[in-house]
Amino acid sequence: MTDKGMRSDLGRVRGLGTAKEGVHHWWMQRLTAIALIPLTLWFIISIASLNSASYAETVNWLSIPLVSIFMILLVSSTLYHALLGVQVVVEDYIHHEGCKFLLLISLKLIFLVLGVVAVFSLLKIAL
Amino acid sequence: MAEFTLPANSKVKIGDTHKGPDDAGDIRAFKVYRYDPDSNETPRLDTYEIDLDDCGPMVLDALIKIKDQVDTSLTFRRSCREGICGSCAMNIDGTNTLACLKPIDEVRGDVKIYPLPHMEVIKDLVPDLSTAYAQLESVEPWLKTKTPPPPDTERLQSIDERAKLDGMWECVLCFSCSTSCPSYWWNGERYLGPAVLLQAYRWIADSRDEYTGERLDNLEDPFRLYRCHTIMNCTKTCPKGLNPAKAIAEIKKMIVMRQ
Repeated sequence: MTDKGMRSDLGRVRGLGTAKEGVHHWWMQRLTAIALIPLTLWFIISIASLNSASYAETVNWLSIPLVSIFMILLVSSTLYHALLGVQVVVEDYIHHEGCKFLLLISLKLIFLVLGVVAVFSLLKIAL
Repeated sequence: MAEFTLPANSKVKIGDTHKGPDDAGDIRAFKVYRYDPDSNETPRLDTYEIDLDDCGPMVLDALIKIKDQVDTSLTFRRSCREGICGSCAMNIDGTNTLACLKPIDEVRGDVKIYPLPHMEVIKDLVPDLSTAYAQLESVEPWLKTKTPPPPDTERLQSIDERAKLDGMWECVLCFSCSTSCPSYWWNGERYLGPAVLLQAYRWIADSRDEYTGERLDNLEDPFRLYRCHTIMNCTKTCPKGLNPAKAIAEIKKMIVMRQ
């Protein structure tokens, strides 16, 4: 049997109490999932119709204001949704507190950088 | 971090075989997990050949027959033998269930019996449920009110209000569901698990209880509640046919609603 020390079971279970959060993460994961349904469908159909388009035509398409807006929405909700997802994976499977802490922070930064780069690129094409 | 090899006590070796009687009509092999943490031996899988013509219909009947007539050292919990005490929860034929409610003829081939998965083993088929019991205690599964009890009557509840508790009061706390849940396996120290969350919701949904908000506060935590990813193992395995996954979804919904 693993050593649990002398603390009572209830004491261990009550631990540090609740974090009083989690609902925002859960709710945002659902909202971004719903938003991604039409955005992804639109993206797939658009890319399919650009099948034979040249580089210039594609860039031209990306600079249409409505397309640019949809692309920014798509990229930001995808990255936000993905970040929420990998955060869950890390919390589920990484049990070393230090590793978990570092990974969660690095992931947030990586996804932030990816988002800024993507949005900046889209704006650069559009504006 | 990640462990890629099993710890020594998770490797199960082949154990003894106890042959059935020569004049047996219908022999069935029961392969039972045996482990005594005090013995310094690794766990083993013992085989008991049982004559089904001379045995009750349920897996628990066979286990009791083994303990009575073949091997008195076999250890397991049992009491009511009719699915109401929740003692004989174990993993039979790959599924967590109550041995007393599991007919032997529902199992094809050898009957493999292990303790509830991913719990510390006290001996053989007896898992250590002390953390799970403490988690149950932590959700305070009893009626809590500010209003003093009426002097001359019960606390009243309409038929509709009472109906909301159906599908929850029937839980016998066997922990088959919690121990079927990978989230509970990986984070059982912090995730409360489906059995306890079902009990928590049983009191959240009770119209007589006046601490609904505090109960939700006590659950709003990335680990206590939100480790549930709705894979529904709990509902699939419940030997009483209950739906803990739905109760968890209702808790999550209520926490969104009160924002």
